[in-house]
Amino acid sequence: MVVMKMKFPFEKRVKLAQGLWVLSWFAAVAGAITFTLGCILKTELRKRAEVMDNTDVHVVPNTLMLVGLASLGINYFAGKICQDALDAGRFPRWKTFLKPYFATSCFFTVLMLLSVVMSYVMKGSLENSLKIGLRNGIRFYKDTDTPGRCFQKQNIDRLQMDFQCCGNTDHRDWFEVQWISNRYLDFSSKDVKDRIKSNVDGRYLLDGVPFSCCNPSSPRPCIQYQITNNSAHYNYDYQTEELNIYLRGCREALVHYYMGLMNTIGAGVLTGSVLVCLRYLQTAMEAVAGQENTEIETEGYLLEKGVKETIMEYVDPVRMYSHLTRLRP
Amino acid sequence: MAVGKVTFTKAEREKLAQLLWLLNWISVLTGVILFSLGLFLRVEIQKRQEVMSDQEILYVPHMLITTGLVACCINFLGGKICYECTDTSKFLRWKLVLLPYIVCTFFFTFCVLVGALMCYSIRNQLEESLFLGLRNAMRYYKDTDTPGRCFLKRTVDLLQMQFQCCGNAGYRDWFHVQWISNRYLDMTSSDVRDRLRSNVEGKYLMDGVPFSCCSTLSPRPCIQQQVTNNSAHYNYRHQTEQLNLWRRGCRQALLDHYTSIMRSIGLIVLLIWLFELLVLTGVRYLQTAMENVLRLGNPDCESDGWILENSLAETARSNFNIIKNLGKCYQVDDDPNINPVS
Repeated sequence: MVVMKMKFPFEKRVKLAQGLWVLSWFAAVAGAITFTLGCILKTELRKRAEVMDNTDVHVVPNTLMLVGLASLGINYFAGKICQDALDAGRFPRWKTFLKPYFATSCFFTVLMLLSVVMSYVMKGSLENSLKIGLRNGIRFYKDTDTPGRCFQKQNIDRLQMDFQCCGNTDHRDWFEVQWISNRYLDFSSKDVKDRIKSNVDGRYLLDGVPFSCCNPSSPRPCIQYQITNNSAHYNYDYQTEELNIYLRGCREALVHYYMGLMNTIGAGVLTGSVLVCLRYLQTAMEAVAGQENTEIETEGYLLEKGVKETIMEYVDPVRMYSHLTRLRP
Repeated sequence: MAVGKVTFTKAEREKLAQLLWLLNWISVLTGVILFSLGLFLRVEIQKRQEVMSDQEILYVPHMLITTGLVACCINFLGGKICYECTDTSKFLRWKLVLLPYIVCTFFFTFCVLVGALMCYSIRNQLEESLFLGLRNAMRYYKDTDTPGRCFLKRTVDLLQMQFQCCGNAGYRDWFHVQWISNRYLDMTSSDVRDRLRSNVEGKYLMDGVPFSCCSTLSPRPCIQQQVTNNSAHYNYRHQTEQLNLWRRGCRQALLDHYTSIMRSIGLIVLLIWLFELLVLTGVRYLQTAMENVLRLGNPDCESDGWILENSLAETARSNFNIIKNLGKCYQVDDDPNINPVS
């Protein structure tokens, strides 16, 4: 029960080998590009590692880098096999090598497709990680004198300016956190004492945001204190003022940015098609071996037996090996 | 007394021609590099042209771009010539073109040198241009409702944030300019009216700076209003507070940025100039060697190559005489058929 049988006359075999050689070089380049994309993604994730709570999302760039390198190697060998395929004398030395080669290639193709799926699945985990990381960043913004946290202020300020965002979900996150350190608060002042008494935790909360939330596109100078108080500023309406500070939250901005980076994966398709053609070439060449006239028409196929039987053929040796190791104490 | 005389055998001549062919193709590449450097510089200047008052600085990138294009053409032609010069029969085709080509290339390399020197000398003009440009930009910072100036605020804010600078020479420049538009000033308030009356021109001046002057390195939240008033803020002394606002002026910041770019470009262009000079010398040697071969008649013999046939003074004198006699195509006094002596 042969799967997808096709007839290959000599000229068709030659054309198949040539086309496949070119295709495998393109696929090698695509593998290199995938590896580079993985490196770029990893670098970008590490740049903002301070606002991420965990590194779970790093599995996507790691897989991309692994698959890129493997694809480079696989397609290099595919090219070499194609070059030798048309010479019936040189082809037999690849014979023993081909079965494990196909197994590993299929594995890496599946892995590449998996990484594409993973980048969509990881979105939720990334968002969670950012939520916790940003919440901590905003909480420790004022602790510029605490070792281990003294750069949080700088990081959050730079982040908000670079990504044009404010706060975690939006700018109101700053209203719920004391972001001005006690070192700079005059505790003898009435205003400060009132604010501290106004909440249970004794924190100095105000309806203001740091300067890094200010939007340079605003036509008027930035209003960062008493944002919700319309009467504190001339000709100002908090509800309709859209350009004063950034309205987008940093979590959304960062997720959007990273999702955009991860959606540039498409080389898996190319490697897959290379593999299919190579299989046809191999089976066609096998039939030629041993014949006197190398220019005869031969048949090529994807799988010699049915799908189930082929899988059993690969799994049986593995099963027997594990059985043997279990018997040995 | 020839200048720089070297004797060439036939094999050496062929090797020289091949080497020059390769060097000319490398020169085409360096011409492309020159072109792209000029393009890069132009883009960099264009990015900040709103804070530059005049556009004369654009001469430098334009010079580099034209020189790069001309270098590509000249060296492409040179490569072709050198490829064919190995053969004396083909050399005859190019014989008449070669000397003008060498003269043109010599003047062209001079232009490359001028381009390199311009990169180093443009600094003063740039400083003046930035001073005027930034002063105007700060003056029109508040005019976000005037067509033609509505994006100046955004430009200045982004500039100050990106280059980590404040004002023209320092943050105090903002104290002399009204940077808050009248649209956002409550004219009924006594504070506003006092400030407006406190100066001759009726401008709303204050010791405050825009938010883009705030430094991200400061351990405390930014103090941008009442910067010089120590009592307005708790635990604050503006004389000792170094990290609150950016201390550097934007003129200095931009000047440093452009000077470093142009210094590196100038260095690369100087190296390219030296390389072109080397190629030109090689072509001159090849030309004189091939001409001497033709003069001697035997294509396989040794010939001399030189840079100048006679010494520098004699060559200059003879060229000067040629130029002097160019105007006189016809010596009336010497012609025996006119006014014959009877």
